[in-house]
Amino acid sequence: MAALNVSVVAADQEVWAGEASMVVARTVEGEIGILPGHEPMLAILAGGEVRVTLPGGEKITATAEDGFLSVQSDAVQVVASRAALA
Amino acid sequence: MGAQLRVYRQKIKSAQTTKKITRAMELISASRIQKAQARVAASTPYSDAITRAVSAVASYSNVSHVLTTEPERVDRAAIVIFTSDRGLAGAFNSQVLRESEELAELLRSQGKEVVYFLIGRKSVGYFSFRRRDYERSWIGGTDNPEFDTAKEVADAVLEAFLRDSADGGVDEIHIVYNRFVSRITQVPVVTRLLPLEVVEAEEEAAPSGKVEVFPLYEFEPDAETVLDGLLPVYIESRIFNAMLQSAAAKHAATQKAMKSATDNADKLITDYTRLANEARQSEITQQIAEIVGGADALSSSK
Repeated sequence: MAALNVSVVAADQEVWAGEASMVVARTVEGEIGILPGHEPMLAILAGGEVRVTLPGGEKITATAEDGFLSVQSDAVQVVASRAALA
Repeated sequence: MGAQLRVYRQKIKSAQTTKKITRAMELISASRIQKAQARVAASTPYSDAITRAVSAVASYSNVSHVLTTEPERVDRAAIVIFTSDRGLAGAFNSQVLRESEELAELLRSQGKEVVYFLIGRKSVGYFSFRRRDYERSWIGGTDNPEFDTAKEVADAVLEAFLRDSADGGVDEIHIVYNRFVSRITQVPVVTRLLPLEVVEAEEEAAPSGKVEVFPLYEFEPDAETVLDGLLPVYIESRIFNAMLQSAAAKHAATQKAMKSATDNADKLITDYTRLANEARQSEITQQIAEIVGGADALSSSK
């Protein structure tokens, strides 16, 4: 299965970047899980956790506030003015 | 020791002290340029991501937004000026202030009223010395800009933009800042921030030469809300970028100014050393002449 190319970006730096098998984030409409092959999407984030599952099964959590999520051909970008690894 | 000689020695000493200070400042700003540049580089992923997202929304939806529509009449325009808190940076601040004066002149000739938002102590000093009014100012932290300040500035200008111009708001926002090109060159940049000009994605060619096609996005909750959320963030990132660029440019300008100050002090020291040597030599010559003259007078009187 193809992997997602994820980057979590804050205003002043790139917080995390790498490959992942799943990303779960909270948008204004509720939580959304993204798997490889997801259709292109742009969503506004509600403040909260972003959970990234790595191909190996480990999990990384980051907090993101005040930003958006974009998905396009297996590249996921979590962009928030404030973001940090939890 | 002759008076002349003492004066020269004093001048040499003071030039040497000045040189030490300017040399230290040159080295400090040299190391700060690197940090400031690194911060500019670190913030590019963010602004790239936002720019892509904005153009994606703008090209795949025909939503018109209040931030992108040209107002029918522009009565008031705002200029945001990015200067530094401290001087000793050569033409850095005067360059930006001159550009903004020119812009203000142009806007006034188009019948617009101009209001100012100032960033950095130098611009505030410039305005209060001339007893001119400004809308708001931010002082401190221009050497190491924080994103929170950028957010505050963005909130203030957006608030002014969204207010009616009859009510003290503005219809146009311009920014003037120094862009860091290299350690040698800093260019003052004047751009219009609002209303935004949206360039359709189709016209933009990727570096590889082929046109990048944006896929059909699904928007959550909907295109309008997404654009609503994105555009203020885009403005924030533009302002933050201007602040970072201006900080890097300030350090580069300081380094250049301090380098020439050090060189100048060196030249002064050489010049004064020459003059001091000459003074000392002429003093000795005169003393010899006096002794010889005295001995002559003594021997001839015998």
